[in-house]
Amino acid sequence: MANLASDFVGIKSPNPFWLASAPPTDKEYNVRRAYEAGWGGVVWKTLGSEGPPVVNVNGPRYGAVWGADRRLLGLNNIELITDRPLEVNLREIKSVKRDYPDRALVISLMVPCDEESWKDILKRIEDTGADGVELNFGCPHGMAERGMGSAVGQVPEYIEMVTRWVKQYSRMPCIVKLTPNITDIRRPAEAAKRGGADAVSLINTINSITSVNLDAFSPEPMIDGKGTHGGYCGPAVKPIALNMVAEIARSPETRGLPISGIGGVTTWRDAAEFLALGAGNVQVCTAAMTYGFKVVQEMISGLSQYLDDKGMSLGDLIGRAVPNVTDWQYLNLNYVTKARIDPDLCIKCGRCYAACEDTSHQAILMKEGRVFEVNDAECVACNLCVDTCPVDGCITMEQLPKGAVDPRTGRVVGDYANWTTHPNNPSARAAE
Amino acid sequence: MSNSMLTPGVAPGRLSPQALADNFTDLAPPLDRHEARVAADRCYFCHDAPCMAACPTTIDIPLFIRQIATGTPEAAARTILSQNILGGMCARVCPTETLCEEDCVREAAEGKPVEIGRLQRFATDTLMAAGVHPFTRAAPTGKRVAVVGAGPAGLACAHRLALLGHAVTLYEARAKAGGLNEFGIAAYKAVGGFAQAEVEWLLSIGGITVVTGQRMGRELTLEALRKDHDAVFLGIGLAGVNALRAEGEERAHVRDAVDFIADLRQARDLAALPVGREVVVIGGGMTAVDAAVQSKLLGAEHVTIVYRRGREKMSASEYEQDLAASKGVRIITGAAPVRVLGGDTVEAVEFAYTAEGPEGLTLTAETFLLRADQVFKAIGQSLQGVPAGLATEGGKIAVTGPGRTTAPGVWAGGDCASGGDDLTVTAVAQGRDAAMDIHAGLMGAGAR
Repeated sequence: MANLASDFVGIKSPNPFWLASAPPTDKEYNVRRAYEAGWGGVVWKTLGSEGPPVVNVNGPRYGAVWGADRRLLGLNNIELITDRPLEVNLREIKSVKRDYPDRALVISLMVPCDEESWKDILKRIEDTGADGVELNFGCPHGMAERGMGSAVGQVPEYIEMVTRWVKQYSRMPCIVKLTPNITDIRRPAEAAKRGGADAVSLINTINSITSVNLDAFSPEPMIDGKGTHGGYCGPAVKPIALNMVAEIARSPETRGLPISGIGGVTTWRDAAEFLALGAGNVQVCTAAMTYGFKVVQEMISGLSQYLDDKGMSLGDLIGRAVPNVTDWQYLNLNYVTKARIDPDLCIKCGRCYAACEDTSHQAILMKEGRVFEVNDAECVACNLCVDTCPVDGCITMEQLPKGAVDPRTGRVVGDYANWTTHPNNPSARAAE
Repeated sequence: MSNSMLTPGVAPGRLSPQALADNFTDLAPPLDRHEARVAADRCYFCHDAPCMAACPTTIDIPLFIRQIATGTPEAAARTILSQNILGGMCARVCPTETLCEEDCVREAAEGKPVEIGRLQRFATDTLMAAGVHPFTRAAPTGKRVAVVGAGPAGLACAHRLALLGHAVTLYEARAKAGGLNEFGIAAYKAVGGFAQAEVEWLLSIGGITVVTGQRMGRELTLEALRKDHDAVFLGIGLAGVNALRAEGEERAHVRDAVDFIADLRQARDLAALPVGREVVVIGGGMTAVDAAVQSKLLGAEHVTIVYRRGREKMSASEYEQDLAASKGVRIITGAAPVRVLGGDTVEAVEFAYTAEGPEGLTLTAETFLLRADQVFKAIGQSLQGVPAGLATEGGKIAVTGPGRTTAPGVWAGGDCASGGDDLTVTAVAQGRDAAMDIHAGLMGAGAR
């Protein structure tokens, strides 16, 4: 078993799987169960200022996107930050942390965007024994209407300002949680770094309407005939999250800034992908909300087995794929592949044919007896056949060796060459 | 009633009413909405789908399954019924394991095809439960067509003709319409009076007049029908039953399996239906399996199917053979009856093992006896009452193309006509196609 012990900005946990700030971490009862199930850490559900707590709607607060067997693919929510009194949360945090000193416990915070509010809340949490704070600049619903959450996260200057206050009034590690509801994730990450953040965590939820009730003509979840946009999460958002994590990991301005990866982590494999793209740990919510806390056990055993199989440590995995994330312009245009259909694995469904014939390059031939073959003279290697084939490994891409002639273009496959030097590129520089 | 499985002879009420009710429930229970969504999701929506090519009525299976998957089973039903108006019954009785499901790519991939039959039933049941008939009759054409035989072929033909605006008179020899759907299929495949409900639903298109008690060669002559109608379709089935040609065949309780099945289907109270303690069924087709399994379900102690050739030659599918075995029916192959023994009533059947050689099937000297209180003959049906002037071919009415007989203006389809398997779904396809050809003929070159 690989050692999964994690040290994220000085916060130690027995594994890199933390529960994200969300409904599962709203109270002591849940958090104790989470730790018992094996979670390495928890980011306590967002605390607000002292005073009357926020209120939540009393109708449904989650909406969903399902696969055929009602497998949850995406979830959205319109729940606000904790609606329990501040002192209750603080008391519980202290009690839990005392009993689980080896587990990470980070407190998520969201208070009005003024120095006094932040100074005050930081003082209130000081003696809880918590390991760090996470600034919730991400929630896109409800609180944003009051100038908090993503309303702050969408303005890099505010992020920098608040982060500075936090670092000024607290000695705790500070993680800034970013909203994906922006155009370029690097700008808020840079602002957090400038403000002195120890790390960023991302992504928070994506603004969304999961579905429309076609009888009541209202977004779901529907509250008395009306709906509002909520924050989208779950497996469906993972690709968006992976890209944003990678952008921060590879940007010269933010390279080296620790990242806590969030967004649709459901299995060990998802977690490994985030880690490979530069996340130092991962946070999970929807998988736990769908299947319960026990899912962490599969994540632990799976990641451990993977690291053992690869002969890697957790540290070796983190960021391992970052150097291979590049810009389109640097992709090798002399990497020429052709689709290959394995006739022994083919079940003759013809989906590759329909996809290629109707929507791509007419590069698959349907022969007598439903035998499907690739016509190299038309195949642009788009991969659509691979992606639509229901049989794993039936269609693969075969690389043409250097010196071979691509029957489609008639050109000889040469050495690495990219767009920056391509003759069709008006701003190409001659290779020297 | 104090009879049991052990009561000697042929006796009713061998099982309790509850046991009978349990035995004769739906063989394959309907899918519920969620099950249907999950089953539908397994369909790959194949290009030029092999299942569709395997369906005698060429139902657009990928399309209807996708319509189920997206929560519109009514639209799915319309897709099915536009090709096969008896899609509800076919969903229940089609040997899908040798048709669409055999060719499903999931069968090739994992030996577990998409449950096309059960999905089809889900769609058609949903629509029929809503009391909807999805088609509207065209304006009357003034043309009159006689359809003889209200079985699957005749019903499909009549419906398509009525849909196109023709006036159809549907003649049926029995007291009610439905043909083998009503009289010839195992009860557990079409529970709850489905066959009659489907006929009534089909007739709700309008324009079809059903006249029962009309048998070809008795109340009806082809000559008269042709005189009174613009076209005639014959879907008269196979009314004759082949004899065993074994000594002692005339003893009591030796009867045709089709009659037993018909009695069972029409029985108001299964507990009143007598069945033997020792039942022997002779034959190797669906009828043999239906008779054998239902005998067992009625409470027969021992039921044996005896077929003269090897198991692979049985026309009952492997699925049907397994069904029989699962219900406790014993199947003996490679043996043929030589004598029916007993007094007034049958007591045993003597069989001889057979050998297949260059000169065909021969009986060997090796024989055995099976005790029998009741013997069902299921060795095939034959054409009866073919009107004079129609050529036959291999014991069936000779047809070319979409059911054209050798007589002008006369079409035929279903089991009575040459070509195709003797299946409900094949009969539907033939009735439908003949109707389209009749329509084209009646309306002239411009008709579509």
